[in-house]
Amino acid sequence: MSLAAVVQMLLSGLLMGLIYALVAAGLSLIFGLMDVVNFAHGELLMLAMYATFFLWRGTGIEPLLLVPVVAILLFGVGMVIYRTLIARALGVRANRGMVQIFITFGLAIFLQGAAQFAFGGDFRSIGHSLLANRTVAFAGVYLPLPQAAAGVVCLLAFAALLLIARTEFGRALEATREDREAVALLGIDRDRIFALGWGLGAASVGVAGAMLAGFYYTSPDVGANFALIAYVTVALGGFGSLAGALLAGVLIGEVEAVTAQLFDPSLKQVGVLGVYLLVLLVRPRGLFGTL
Amino acid sequence: MLRRRRRRLLAGGVALLLLALLPLPIGDVYTLNLLILTLLYVGLSQAWNILGGYCGQISLGHALYFGAGAYVSTLLYLHLGLPPSLGLFAGGLVAAVLALAVGWPCFRLSGHYYAIATIVVAVIFYLLALNADFLGGASGVYIPFKGDSWVALQFRTSKLPFVYLALAYAALVWLLAWIMEGTRAGFYWRAVKDDPIAARSLAVRVLPSKLVAAGLSGFATGVGGAIYAQYVGYIDPDSVLAMPLSILIALPAVLGGVGTLWGPLLGAALLIPLSELSRSYLGGSGHGVDLMLYGGLIMLVALWRPEGLLGLFARRGGAGTHAGTA
Repeated sequence: MSLAAVVQMLLSGLLMGLIYALVAAGLSLIFGLMDVVNFAHGELLMLAMYATFFLWRGTGIEPLLLVPVVAILLFGVGMVIYRTLIARALGVRANRGMVQIFITFGLAIFLQGAAQFAFGGDFRSIGHSLLANRTVAFAGVYLPLPQAAAGVVCLLAFAALLLIARTEFGRALEATREDREAVALLGIDRDRIFALGWGLGAASVGVAGAMLAGFYYTSPDVGANFALIAYVTVALGGFGSLAGALLAGVLIGEVEAVTAQLFDPSLKQVGVLGVYLLVLLVRPRGLFGTL
Repeated sequence: MLRRRRRRLLAGGVALLLLALLPLPIGDVYTLNLLILTLLYVGLSQAWNILGGYCGQISLGHALYFGAGAYVSTLLYLHLGLPPSLGLFAGGLVAAVLALAVGWPCFRLSGHYYAIATIVVAVIFYLLALNADFLGGASGVYIPFKGDSWVALQFRTSKLPFVYLALAYAALVWLLAWIMEGTRAGFYWRAVKDDPIAARSLAVRVLPSKLVAAGLSGFATGVGGAIYAQYVGYIDPDSVLAMPLSILIALPAVLGGVGTLWGPLLGAALLIPLSELSRSYLGGSGHGVDLMLYGGLIMLVALWRPEGLLGLFARRGGAGTHAGTA
């Protein structure tokens, strides 16, 4: 394998990995805050992709400019999901853990059906935009622009998340994460923090989905694969850790690219999942987890 | 305690008798098919219930044990000529060994970490099966029909034998759960489920208890997979190993009432006909309404009756004694 091919492989792994990392960051944020795994996380990604596609088709606005719109939209979706379902699931008397798992599973199935009903099963893709189908070549290495832009935007989103963590709200988030009972005594409205946490988690997926729609086919079941990788990323990086999600996301992107190159593209996920199991055996709490 | 257990066994016997009479007046093939699938899921979900309900380890990867049973019994039949009536035990054993092999490392994880690990292991096997030529890859394996036989477990002229096969399977898994409820292991499971640390401090051996539950649960699920393969006559990774199947195996117990004898029966009797009927009436053209109904029902029951629908029948004040508090 030539040097250019190796660089190409690592580059494409890195760019995909940054998307994985941002999707996982949203999941990790919600989990860290309230111990709830959102099994409908992939469906939030799917919603973000559809929103981007239809906004682009309806208005003709450059998809890159739609990113903040989709992020705000998903922020709202996340808050609504918290208020209508999750807040109730947190309040049940019996089988709380099981209710949380199956309520988000039910939501995932429902949203898939709703997308099928509303948009049909067709694969949608953004055909023409500023970046679509363009590449930059340098010394035999091809850099597809939509993926490159997605990588940059994902990094910016991570920077934004880290900045938010330093604000008053971010400190309230952290405090709620540390001790849900104590923050109530300090006059922090826990329910509001949880709702905003869901909003922020969903908005992260919103950004990832908006960028992903630029180079990936959108369909009702597009979320499933990304969700699986997100769970693995979060478990690998350690639940609740932002830095862990970023590093684990990139690691997973690279493992996937290398497996696809060395073995068979259809086995790329097996490589990712295998690495996860290996880490699990050695370090059950993940790379950066504080169990 | 003993009297209550004996009453339950008696109730189980009555239910078995009623269910045995149920198919006799039914001549319609579609309804019989519905009955067979429902009974199969009563057994499968009870098998899941042993590990997920009684022992509290929420596995979301039971499709792996189902698929293992289906593939092992089918391949033994095709390549070595071993009749599926014996092959289903081989399938169950391989599934049990797999469940132990998955459980040994994964039982160190708790809560969501465990659930995700079980999903991942099952998906790995699903992806490998898609690429494995000796398993027929993505195109699957056909089981050739060689005439009606209880040895080969093949019936074409009537669906009735399959009804009784599925009923026998469901009844035996129910009986297994009933037996385990009264054993020391059964009590250990409930202790492990409620509070693993407290259980350990009372000298309950936590890991071995979980492994016993996993082995029994895996075995019973694998046998169900083998029976399903014989009933349908064709298996591929999507129908016997995929992730949605893991959810479908767990759901009847969750909706009916986890960690109870009757939860899986109640849940399957509601869920399986509903999902089959909505799929054939609403899902054929890919409108997605069937999925919306299915997902909506799960959310509704989970919020409205978190202890399961069985709670509706429980005596006032007595509810939740067996639904557990997690």
